[in-house]
Amino acid sequence: MNKEVLKILEKDARATPQQIATMTSLPVKEVEKSIEKAEKERVIVKYKTIVNWERLGEEEVQALIEVKIQPQRNVGFDAIAERIYRFPEVRTVYLVSGTYDLAVLVVGKTMHETAAFVWQKLATLESVQGTVTHFLLKRYKEDGEILDSGGEKGKRQPLTF
Amino acid sequence: MSARTSVNSKRSRSVVSHRVAGISPSGIRKFFDLLTTMEGAISLGVGEPDFTTPWHISEAGIYSLEKGYTMYTSNRGMLELRQEIARSLNAQYGLKYDPATEILITVGVSEGLDLALRSILNPRDEVLCPEPSYVSYQPCTVLAGGVFVPVPTSVANEFKVKAADMERRVTERTKAILVGYPNNPTGTVLSRRELGAIAEVAKKHDLIMVSDEIYARLVYGIEHTCAATLPQMQERTILLGGFSKAYAMTGWRVGYAAASPEIIEAMTKVHQYTMLCAPIMGQMAAIEALKSGEDACLEMVADYDRRRRVMVKGFNDIGLACFEPKGAFYCFPSVKVTGLSSNEFAEKLLVEEKVAVVPGSAFGECGEGYVRCCYATALADIEEALRRMGRFVERYR
Repeated sequence: MNKEVLKILEKDARATPQQIATMTSLPVKEVEKSIEKAEKERVIVKYKTIVNWERLGEEEVQALIEVKIQPQRNVGFDAIAERIYRFPEVRTVYLVSGTYDLAVLVVGKTMHETAAFVWQKLATLESVQGTVTHFLLKRYKEDGEILDSGGEKGKRQPLTF
Repeated sequence: MSARTSVNSKRSRSVVSHRVAGISPSGIRKFFDLLTTMEGAISLGVGEPDFTTPWHISEAGIYSLEKGYTMYTSNRGMLELRQEIARSLNAQYGLKYDPATEILITVGVSEGLDLALRSILNPRDEVLCPEPSYVSYQPCTVLAGGVFVPVPTSVANEFKVKAADMERRVTERTKAILVGYPNNPTGTVLSRRELGAIAEVAKKHDLIMVSDEIYARLVYGIEHTCAATLPQMQERTILLGGFSKAYAMTGWRVGYAAASPEIIEAMTKVHQYTMLCAPIMGQMAAIEALKSGEDACLEMVADYDRRRRVMVKGFNDIGLACFEPKGAFYCFPSVKVTGLSSNEFAEKLLVEEKVAVVPGSAFGECGEGYVRCCYATALADIEEALRRMGRFVERYR
């Protein structure tokens, strides 16, 4: 599996095997094989697009929820994490160190819907000892991309030695 | 009659000195003016990174301003920066320079080059320089009172200068050899053996080697050879380096010269009376660049390399023969197939297809027939420029 191929795809999922082959001077066949293998072994998990819905005026309510858990014998945090991440409203789940255990990112259409998910579904799980909900006010950067940038382009002089 | 001319005629002598009047203006002004009025134009005519300075470096500059670092520094530059440069030259090349006496912080390599030439040249001393070469080499030599002696190179040898061609031009007036590798505009890099042969000429004829190594970090699949690392060359080399290309810091204006105490002392004299010191916030940012900019530098180099491959293949595919440049961020394809001069090519291409390139003739006579194209440009723009240039070549070939 070629790491250079993965790095290029990580930056731009739409790069074609042809383009990647040119960028790396590898044969197209080898690039295709590398991608296939990465997909099969789930090194490449998925190809996605970062959408800034706010630009369309779409309302979306996200909340970052700190969840404190009572770990269970034999399965630790994994079983309860699964109970949580299976909900489609849950976009991200991390096990973290510190004063709480799971960091959960939940998405809903309204604040009420999001809050309801927390007190109806999350807080009621048996091993959940407590939750703290932080509603997201503004997204500045997502997956390494600054959402409102674009201002950094065009500052170069068009012609220099 | 304008006021200026009347001053002229009253004194019956020109306002502008003969020396400056003799220097040709930059050959790209007309393209620049045309380009700025154009919608949808793509410029491959830039000479700087398309990245902004890595944030931790910019942040160090901002922090220095917040802390009140807004004053002059010592003429030689901040000691901490000189120490970091000495450390980095040692780590990279095993070279030993004394930060107290052998390193001078300059306002970019541009100033370093001017200081070096002014410090070593007597009137009419000759400077040997491979051509095509960076546009300031010739004028700076002339402004320092020297005579610029170009040593032509050709595509047959990938624009690498041959030691024999250089030696043939040595006279009793020759004082220095001026080289810039990785090269702007050709992207050419010399191997250790090839640069070593040039160094032998310098030693044999007791010449100083002025080595502009601003693109040292931008090499692809080949190791950069620092001139000072060649046997017995450190004492006769003026090593010019900087931060602009490796760390995308062109606007900060910080570079350095490393050389013998005698030369650095002389350069410091000129620097202290003309420039005083390099800007302090740039120096503070440069310290951060040397301390923790390595990852960012490597990432940018990897990114240039991908685009380099796209551009080289692209030019060869559309019929503009292009050898593989191993350094800097330029391709130097031949446009001879179109039957146009490099100047005509650049002008017609800009008007007809809205793509800006720099005519090779701007870099010396033997650049005629070639154009400089910068691949520090968004990949999508490179691909679109290649499509437009492909159309253009079809029309003229």
